[in-house]
Amino acid sequence: MANSLFEEKLYSDKFLVTSEVGPPKGMDVADMVHHIDLLKDKVDAINITDHQSSVMRFPSLGGCLLVKERGGEPIFQVTCRDRNRLAIQADLLLACSRGIQNVLCLTGDSIDVGDHKEAKPVFDLDSVQLLRTIKTMESGKDLGGSDFKGSPKFCVGASVHPEADFIEPQLIKFEKKVAAGAQFFQTQGIFGLESLRRFMQYASQFEVKILAGIIVLSSARMAQYMNDNVPGIIVPQPIIDELSSAGKGKGLQKGMEIAARLVRTIKEENLCHGVHIMAVGNEGIVPDILEMAQIVGAAP
Amino acid sequence: MIVAQQKPLEEIRRLIAPYEKILILGCGTCVTVCGAGGEREVSFLHGALRVAQVKGGDGVHAFLEYTVKRQCDREFLDPLGDRVSEVDAILSLGCGVGVQVVAERFPDVPALPGVNTSFMGATEQGGVWDERCAACGDCRLAETAGICPITRCTKGILNGPCAGTKNGKCEANKDIDCAWVLIYKRLESLGQLDKIRRYYPPRNFRTIPRPRRLAGITSIDLGGSNG
Ligand code: SF4
Ligand code: SF4
Repeated sequence: MANSLFEEKLYSDKFLVTSEVGPPKGMDVADMVHHIDLLKDKVDAINITDHQSSVMRFPSLGGCLLVKERGGEPIFQVTCRDRNRLAIQADLLLACSRGIQNVLCLTGDSIDVGDHKEAKPVFDLDSVQLLRTIKTMESGKDLGGSDFKGSPKFCVGASVHPEADFIEPQLIKFEKKVAAGAQFFQTQGIFGLESLRRFMQYASQFEVKILAGIIVLSSARMAQYMNDNVPGIIVPQPIIDELSSAGKGKGLQKGMEIAARLVRTIKEENLCHGVHIMAVGNEGIVPDILEMAQIVGAAP
Repeated sequence: MIVAQQKPLEEIRRLIAPYEKILILGCGTCVTVCGAGGEREVSFLHGALRVAQVKGGDGVHAFLEYTVKRQCDREFLDPLGDRVSEVDAILSLGCGVGVQVVAERFPDVPALPGVNTSFMGATEQGGVWDERCAACGDCRLAETAGICPITRCTKGILNGPCAGTKNGKCEANKDIDCAWVLIYKRLESLGQLDKIRRYYPPRNFRTIPRPRRLAGITSIDLGGSNG
């Protein structure tokens, strides 16, 4: 039996669509709930980010609980930046006990890119070790070797960067993640289909599902900002040019077109198993992108 | 070696303010090499403090200066006995270890730190030092082509690069090389890429019960512990 609704879909032939919602700074969750409601019936699962870009926010687990309350399917993003192995295991137990069983295992961005630069970076575990931690927990033990009374079950994912400018070590790490039990991958934002094709040629030898990460850009300036400041992201010049060609105030529309075009081609050419749409701050437009890409809502 | 940096003059003046007679104590080892607390720096600091108190019109302090070969060894502190009995405080320009050994050796006199002990590092070029070792207690340089992932990767991760590396640089700082790119390239040229393919389990932070004690430098444990 599948551990979650998302896991069940993962092993069907369905083209998967996931998206993400970033929790707010502060207690006002109205926008987040609004975005969850907009997305929950249109996508197969909603990622809740974990202090994305090392900016302190409402917790990922709290967001996942809201997704559950609203009747959606959450993916709990867990980074190793802020919690040691005790705290991570405890949060995973809480998550599973509340039916939050999809987990995306990430190392986490560096503290230095965020808004609490003087905080202690934890990184007691890394992403590969976190994946293995989950396998250990599923076997009924904690990392200290003690037996659980009631062991959790998860559907585990990880990330991979097909457009990294130095790909070899990234692929080695990808293989370590596969060996550590990752069932699905949501890639870092990709912008070119060539790199995805190349990556899939290589990745298809592994029994894992790949969801291509699609970042919705809202202006040429944002693209440039991401190139300069966001870890790992490389937006190619032709995309930046296309965004600048859009008239004033039309950047987001153009960004949506670009994203929809990518999604549509990926689906039509069956390039990978699905897409993960990241609309960074513009979560509300994801349903429109799906419509533009002619993707019908996630059938339960 | 241990790399340190002299504290700002204003901070040092605040630290010594309650005391009249002060011994400025240098150390002839690491902090001499990194120019933070050797004989030369003791004398510069002495001069600077004098000038400052003349300018400030608050000429209350009297200074002595002295530099020992090593502050972190009690026996090197023995010749200080008489000088210490004359002063109200010791301003040590040794590393944090030196300051503490001085404090233990002379329990009746306050020992004040005159430098910020920064890290263990190597000389990159004249006047520039780079951190190289965090004394993790479980050296894994054999697996990482002689490049320390714990000190040189800002996350200290063990299983390869994060996805944030760009142009061979670290996501945390565009001026710093990504340790894992360096490790990969060097392992590749050594024909040892199998070492990066291996899984390394979580670090054993228990090799660091604090404070650590090393007794009997002849003990060789062939068990090994790093993944
Ligand atoms: S692995 Fe790095 S931090 Fe640990 S002892 Fe070796 S050089 Fe030092
Ligand atoms: S970019 Fe490289 S050095 Fe920086 S945190 Fe990532 S793996 Fe470590």
